[in-house]
Amino acid sequence: MSAALLLMIGLPAFAGVFLLLAGRRLARAATGLSITVASLTLATAVVAAATAPAVVLPFVSPDGAALAVDGLTAVLLPTVAAVALLVLVFAGAEGLRPEGRFHGLMLLFTAAVMVTVTATSLPALLAAWEIMGATSYALIGFRWQEARTMPAGLVAFAVTRAADLGIYAAAGAAVVAGSGWRLEDLAAADGPWLHVIAAGMLIAGLGKAAQLPFSFWLSRAMEGPGPVSALLHSAAMVAMGGYLLLRLEPLLLASGWAGPAAAWIGAATAVVLGIVALTQSDLKQLLAASTAAQLGFVVLAAGLGATAGGAAQLIAHAATKALLFLVAGAWLTAVGTKQFPALRGIGRRWPVAGAAFLLGALSLAGLPPLSLWWAKDAILAAALHIHPALYAAGLIGAALAAAYSAKMIAIVWAAPSRQERTDTEQRLWDTEQAGTRGIPSAATAPLVVLAVAAAVLGILAVPGLSEPFRRLLNAEAEAESTVWELAASAVIALVVAGLVLRRGTPSIAAASHWFGLERISAAVLVRPMFVTAEALARLDGRLNAAVTGAGRMLGDAANRAGSLDVRLNAGVNGVGRVLGRTGAETDTLDHAVDRTLGVITRGTASLGHLVRRAQTGAIADYYAGAAMVTVAAFIFLIVVR
Amino acid sequence: MLSIILFFPVIVGVALAVWRGLPARAGGLVWLAATIIDLALLMVLTATAGTGVNGLKAEERVNWMPQLGSSYHLGVDGFSLPLLLLTGVIFVACAIWSLRENDRPRPQAALFLFLQTTCLGLFAAQDLILFFVFFDLSIVGMYFVIAGWGHGNNRRSALLFFLYTFLGSLALLLGFIGLYLGADPHTFDMVELSQRGAFTGTPVAAGFVLAAIVLGLAVKTPTFPFHSWLAPAHTDAPTIGSVVLASLMLKMGTYGFVRIAMPMLPDTWRSWAWVIVIVGIVSVIFGALVALVQTNIKRMIAFTSINHMGYVILAVGAAGVVGRNTAEAQQLAIAGAVTQMVSHGLITGALFLLAGVFYDRTGSYDLGKYGGLAGPAPRFAGFFAVAAFASLGLPGFSGFIAEFQVFTGSIGTVPWALLALPGILITAVLFLRAFQRVFTGETKGLSVGFPDLHRRETMALTVLMVLVVLIGIVPGPLLGMIAPAAELLVGNLQP
Repeated sequence: MSAALLLMIGLPAFAGVFLLLAGRRLARAATGLSITVASLTLATAVVAAATAPAVVLPFVSPDGAALAVDGLTAVLLPTVAAVALLVLVFAGAEGLRPEGRFHGLMLLFTAAVMVTVTATSLPALLAAWEIMGATSYALIGFRWQEARTMPAGLVAFAVTRAADLGIYAAAGAAVVAGSGWRLEDLAAADGPWLHVIAAGMLIAGLGKAAQLPFSFWLSRAMEGPGPVSALLHSAAMVAMGGYLLLRLEPLLLASGWAGPAAAWIGAATAVVLGIVALTQSDLKQLLAASTAAQLGFVVLAAGLGATAGGAAQLIAHAATKALLFLVAGAWLTAVGTKQFPALRGIGRRWPVAGAAFLLGALSLAGLPPLSLWWAKDAILAAALHIHPALYAAGLIGAALAAAYSAKMIAIVWAAPSRQERTDTEQRLWDTEQAGTRGIPSAATAPLVVLAVAAAVLGILAVPGLSEPFRRLLNAEAEAESTVWELAASAVIALVVAGLVLRRGTPSIAAASHWFGLERISAAVLVRPMFVTAEALARLDGRLNAAVTGAGRMLGDAANRAGSLDVRLNAGVNGVGRVLGRTGAETDTLDHAVDRTLGVITRGTASLGHLVRRAQTGAIADYYAGAAMVTVAAFIFLIVVR
Repeated sequence: MLSIILFFPVIVGVALAVWRGLPARAGGLVWLAATIIDLALLMVLTATAGTGVNGLKAEERVNWMPQLGSSYHLGVDGFSLPLLLLTGVIFVACAIWSLRENDRPRPQAALFLFLQTTCLGLFAAQDLILFFVFFDLSIVGMYFVIAGWGHGNNRRSALLFFLYTFLGSLALLLGFIGLYLGADPHTFDMVELSQRGAFTGTPVAAGFVLAAIVLGLAVKTPTFPFHSWLAPAHTDAPTIGSVVLASLMLKMGTYGFVRIAMPMLPDTWRSWAWVIVIVGIVSVIFGALVALVQTNIKRMIAFTSINHMGYVILAVGAAGVVGRNTAEAQQLAIAGAVTQMVSHGLITGALFLLAGVFYDRTGSYDLGKYGGLAGPAPRFAGFFAVAAFASLGLPGFSGFIAEFQVFTGSIGTVPWALLALPGILITAVLFLRAFQRVFTGETKGLSVGFPDLHRRETMALTVLMVLVVLIGIVPGPLLGMIAPAAELLVGNLQP
């Protein structure tokens, strides 16, 4: 069913562009159109996943846009389409405005994700990859009137594009290596180029997945509206970084070093960003750091070759995190802040949203029997087979996840006294924006759906039950978690969560600022770039001065030549006069000679005049001069010939 | 047919120039009609013309100066056809833009019609003398555009432009004469000169000839360090003058590389390709970095032109590095270079039109004097954002097609081309920074009460941007047009 494949991409793409062009004229009709299109996209995505079609279209090369659905794609397509639909329903219920621009960009983004997931060749992949980045920029800066949003979008776009350069480099290296641009052929490249390709793709994946050292862009991306974070910064765009590495696992393994590098970077991110998450005092910042940390498990899985575990983690995390971001967004809209002190006990005020949030947070904590517990343990089982240190790092990451989740739960479900509550409402609410004091009931429906998904999706990674899923991904041989491992991680999560609920969390100043990653990159890369740019601009000024100086020197030279000419003229004139006088005196010379000399004199004089005129800057004279040079060149040519 | 397309604009231009009684508004309409008819004829020619013996379409040849081995020889192929079509489109956009011009509209229309003929003639010429004549006439035309309709320090800028590019053209002429002398029998015919072994001189002589030609073309393109004329010329040129200058006249330089320098001196090109590659990489990075710190919008766009033309130079240089199994990469690089010429023409044309809106409304190009402009002028903001993203090479627009091919092809023959990759990152930062400063945040400064785009402005921009998107999504037809010529050139470059 290649029609389903094309519709799944074409529908949101065209609808998105249409909504963007139609602008404000559609107003609320935009929401209806957008939800309809998103539903159709989900339906076609399911059909495409079931029928596994393939299409080859010309793009940069005759087969540049090769799209196909295989096992990994088949599980991701419905996930992304479903989350997109739920998020759009939520945003529609919340009444995010202007509708045309928001829904248009979201649909365009969804189309780009659909292409990313199905692309089997580099040009199409890179194209969709960068369009995701650009729509993300526009969505982070959705409220462009606020000073903070656009610079945040710029940071996010610039950092991810810097990583994207890896794909450009890989595509170039694939040309040298003669392997072609098909993703499955990349691993067959030989020689040093294989390593360039692997490095390029690895960097691109790490950048999008907000892994170390790129993580900080995700912190800035939190300036975007809640639904944007729910789709882009949990289920789709960030997840695509993890997806790409899972997809390219053969390439990573073929290079020898890229697989372990991915595994270690993933594990490090799970730990470091876990610590960052633990120390945040802003709900969305905590969720962002946690997203990077959870994606760390996916990247770890990709490095280990644990496709099934990685895919299960991607899906379970997508549902869990989309839910948490949506609730955070709903609270932000309702009370105008996402700072923890202001959110104490907010779960009790809107119980449905609070309960959904609780379920999501428990899943994020890795508590049994919720989805992320199963998924994460499938990856940890694979890690234990490769290297105990990776397993240990993974366990630490899991413990941190339990800790920061418990921190959220402790705050959201705190039971402040009435006095304390009115105090909070008066002092701390509406500090970031004006709150509406309500969560529309239509907006809670998607929350419930996502909460159920976050609870049960772990089935994909339950030992014994995960057979069909593993077969779909061709991953039957991968290690499954044992009862002991599952029990160990459950105990660790429970103990850590209990400790945090009881004792609270430590505050680490460095971690609360994301370990200064952005400041470091500014100092190491951005500032030197601007300093160089300023220096080059000065150099350019000097070059200009040199050019005009040279021009002036030429002018001076012409002037001097001109004055020389005048003197020469005078000399000739003088000679002429002397000769003429002599002629007249001696009478031996013909008058004709005198006349001839007069002509010469006049001629020379007028020539001198001409040269002097040439310095007036009148363009016609320069042109005449140049034309004379041209004519001279021609004469030279004819003579030579 | 080709001659009609060439000279139709200038004939209408002469008529406009002498017809004093014509009302100003009607003059603009006549101009627009002429450009549309010319573009329509061009499209008919593209669709119908068959390929002749020399691999050229719509070939025409009339004896002109037989004793000099020069003839009136026209013809189009995969390199010239896209640029001819680009010329047609750009002048249509300029004519739409100027429908309500108040400053001497009739002479301006006449001058631009003259310029159109010179641009078309240059891209269709198959004789070096003819090429040179159009090359120089375009410089003269542009001088009058800048000096006559420009603003600011326009006379000085026009003179600098004229002298600099004219000196460049003299170097080019010397090179042409060298080519003429090197051929046996002596000829200025470009088809004959492009045949294998046409240049019979010593390698040293060939080196000097190539140096002269490259110098002339490098000034016109312009590449670092011959770009000093570009920024002042753009800053002080009228809006549509900047458009023609950036969209078409810069292409004359880069077109010269693929049309003259590479096929006529292939051996020498191969020997010196590394120099070209270095100049290309330096231009890319230099142009991007200097653009990054500009505060004048027109200067900024001018420097991004140096960056974008740098990709072309990089690609044509890399295409000259021949090794085992590099044919595919070379072809990619050349196709990328030509696509970039078209793409840059359309995108930068749109950007200069948008820059003109600033001057038109407030008289200031200063980025710092605006803020939150998206509020009063949302359509303007939308077009600027789209054009900026197109210029920074976002997929979905033509720039990506060009740059992806340029990079993959160049890296395919010269791995050092990787060094140019940060260019697309820096352009991204500079465009988005400019956008952010001017259009977002609180509405302040000159943005207050800024009128949004008029209908004719929207129309002209739409014409350009629709093509940019079309090429970006369906590049097949354009690439198919370029491919045969690129293949031929790659064959020519094989030792």
